[in-house]
Amino acid sequence: MKKLLRPLLTVLFLAMLATPLVLRRLHRPQETAAGPDPLARYGFRLTESARAAGIDHVHEAPTLDPKLAHIMPQVSSMGAAVSVVDFDRDGHADLYVTSSREGSKNRLYRARGDGTFEDVAERVGLADVNAAEAGVSMGSVWGDYDNDGFEDVALYRWGRQELFHNEGGRSFRRVSDDAALPAWANVNTAVWLDFDRDGRLDLFLGGYYSEKVNLWKLADTKMMPESFEYAKNGGRKYLLRNLGGGRFEEVAEKVGLQSRRWALAAVAADFREDGGPDLFIANDYGVSELFLNDGGRFREAGRETGVGFAPKSGMNASVGDVLNRGRFAVYVSNISEEGILLQGNNLWVPVEDKDGVPYFENMATAMGIDLGGWSFGAQFGDLNNDGHQDLYLVNGYVSASREESYWYDYSKIAGGHRLVIEDAKNWPPMGERSLGGYQQKRVWLNDGAGHFLDVAQLVGATDRHDGRAVALADLGNRGALDVVVANQRGPLLLYRNQPAAGRNWIDFELEGGCRGDGGLSGCSNRSAIGAQVTLHWSGGRQVQAVSGGSGFCAQGQRRLHFGLGAAAAVEKAVVRWPSGRTQEIPAPAVNQVHAVKEPA
Amino acid sequence: MTTPAVPAPRPSFRLDNRYLAPILVTLVLVIGQVSFGFLESWSRTFLAIATAILVEVVLGRLLFGKWPHLASSYISGISIGMLIRSPEFWPYALCAAISITSKYVLRVDGRHLWNPSNFGIVAMLVLASHVVAGLSVQWGNNLLPMAVVWLFGSVIIHRLGRFHITLTYVLSFLAFSLLRAAVTGHPWPAEVAPITGPMYQLYIFFMITDPKTTVRDKRAQCLVAFLVAAVEAGLRLLEFVHAPYYALFAVGPAANLVEILRDRRARASGTKAA
Repeated sequence: MKKLLRPLLTVLFLAMLATPLVLRRLHRPQETAAGPDPLARYGFRLTESARAAGIDHVHEAPTLDPKLAHIMPQVSSMGAAVSVVDFDRDGHADLYVTSSREGSKNRLYRARGDGTFEDVAERVGLADVNAAEAGVSMGSVWGDYDNDGFEDVALYRWGRQELFHNEGGRSFRRVSDDAALPAWANVNTAVWLDFDRDGRLDLFLGGYYSEKVNLWKLADTKMMPESFEYAKNGGRKYLLRNLGGGRFEEVAEKVGLQSRRWALAAVAADFREDGGPDLFIANDYGVSELFLNDGGRFREAGRETGVGFAPKSGMNASVGDVLNRGRFAVYVSNISEEGILLQGNNLWVPVEDKDGVPYFENMATAMGIDLGGWSFGAQFGDLNNDGHQDLYLVNGYVSASREESYWYDYSKIAGGHRLVIEDAKNWPPMGERSLGGYQQKRVWLNDGAGHFLDVAQLVGATDRHDGRAVALADLGNRGALDVVVANQRGPLLLYRNQPAAGRNWIDFELEGGCRGDGGLSGCSNRSAIGAQVTLHWSGGRQVQAVSGGSGFCAQGQRRLHFGLGAAAAVEKAVVRWPSGRTQEIPAPAVNQVHAVKEPA
Repeated sequence: MTTPAVPAPRPSFRLDNRYLAPILVTLVLVIGQVSFGFLESWSRTFLAIATAILVEVVLGRLLFGKWPHLASSYISGISIGMLIRSPEFWPYALCAAISITSKYVLRVDGRHLWNPSNFGIVAMLVLASHVVAGLSVQWGNNLLPMAVVWLFGSVIIHRLGRFHITLTYVLSFLAFSLLRAAVTGHPWPAEVAPITGPMYQLYIFFMITDPKTTVRDKRAQCLVAFLVAAVEAGLRLLEFVHAPYYALFAVGPAANLVEILRDRRARASGTKAA
């Protein structure tokens, strides 16, 4: 017997060595781009049609201080953003997109209602907002801060922050000076939320680079993260409490919202189901943070809730009810590069509650949505109207030379100590090399049983641009979520969605009850940001919330869209307003948009 | 009257040297996790440790008929648990199993050639690159934990009589970093950066000093450490991200084979002389 042991062990050893190769072969996608008709197979098809729709925007990146010239492609690698808003209340979703080159112009694409758009940014005063002296755009979030019925816009930048008041859908008036916005900050994420539930929208701003850094006039080159995974030398956070009358008060420190991590994305949602919006922040170079809202005061509960371990490179925060349980999961994107850096993206799913505080577990790997390249923006939405929230993810960091990669040098410096990594002059020159470039996007279809399947190449999402922001919106008012993608140094893409016939849907357009911004009581902000709709049908349920900004530098449509699959009827919709009111809508009709106003 | 016997001095407590390295590697793990929470998850690291120990016990009993000392497999398991990164669980178990099994399969004249965890990690980086990467980032930005690990590591490795290997490698790395900076034109701090990271702390204290897979002669050990650094420098110039693992993978067994062959010759000539 002993004689046989060694040969057997050798065979076993070889089998072990072969195991990864076998597993890889088994998990290789079965189909290629030449697969079956996606409409029949997956229930939808995407067609890129920006040009046909009159959209010709191409994002341009800024040129920062010459001391950063050797790594310019990576330090100027953000700023492509998109927000969906019906700014003129004509019933059609419009698009506001940013550019970041000094002197370049942002675009406000107004929907004409026939499937095409016209750029009206110049006309309404939202185009000329990028300059080295004032800052360049990183993104925008829209919310009706004075409850006058028209969505106003906060433009966040590397530089000065701006707030524009919507003048009846005709033009925008700059009101930044009255709003006590930070004089200079390098902001990469912003969210409208009513954290104190007074009926007025407040504004969160998350800094990336320290606000002490002027990226065009560097005092010195020690402005990079002090660690690749434990950096706390980023920008501060701001919470602008809306006092009414166009005035805001900065209260971040006062209400416990303190952090110097490198924030890249934030999303507000009621994770504790107690009515108050909590704030989830995905940080680059570190762990995510979850600030729980204790009646208008925040406390950081990342470790307590399970999301504050295993630091990665958080670049997205979006919420979705992926299991149709009536609970929000949070998707955080990170970096994955085969054989070099496999952080894996995170899907934080609440698995239990302890004393009213949820505990999350990362189920991204189990559900098949962990590896997405150098991931950036992602959004949940039911793309094929089958009743389950799918996930659209864009990726790609710097696409330059196809032959040369910066990965080796990046990994070399990333492992270095603070004294090395935080000083930009120590970073190897990047030249024309790519870093995580030309990557395939992910369109993950939710099978409703806890697993997602990537069908991007099969349904038409075939671009290889450096994707940043994704926003989902029904641009044709036809019960289908279209996809808008803002690419860094690339074109704005519009993927028209054609869902298969026979799939039903239902939409809700909510409007909070507050009017004006003084003497409010017991009503919700007019944008209804923070309102939740739980839809009950076919024995199941799904919750969605109106968002004041989510994903990476993006904001989707305010309207909530539910796919229903073959179900021809809905049991009920329950609306929970930010004011605390609950409203039940019995058996709402399917295949239509329901305008719901908060009852008095 | 008899003079009372002078009591024999009681032996002071002396820790078995075989436990020193496991203590050090545990210290690294605890400091890293408590200070920074650096692990992908405790469960993955425990899986690697448990698998390594289990495979060691089973193979030791089956092939040699005795219970093996578990210090070596513990170090392999814990190193793997820290040094590879994967969103999956199975690579941790598989890497540990491959590492320990390699000791029993890849043997010449009763000696195993590769450092077990080095072999396992290289196997995973090459064969399972789609789900496995190496630890390539800094654990934290605080000098204190790093200084503690370097201090304790140096003391313990010195006590084990292998500090000269570590020192030779570090000095060689620094010298080659100057050469690389000159060749690439990159800032010297960028070339030095990797050795300031935690991966190297494990590498220089536990992998390149492994008594079972290093040559016997002290000067030869220094030469091998220098050669590892030299090959690594070459691989780095060719932009291999995991250059240190590959360098040890190539140089370590080659040096062992040379020594084994010389031993054979010595034995043969001794037999002839007899």
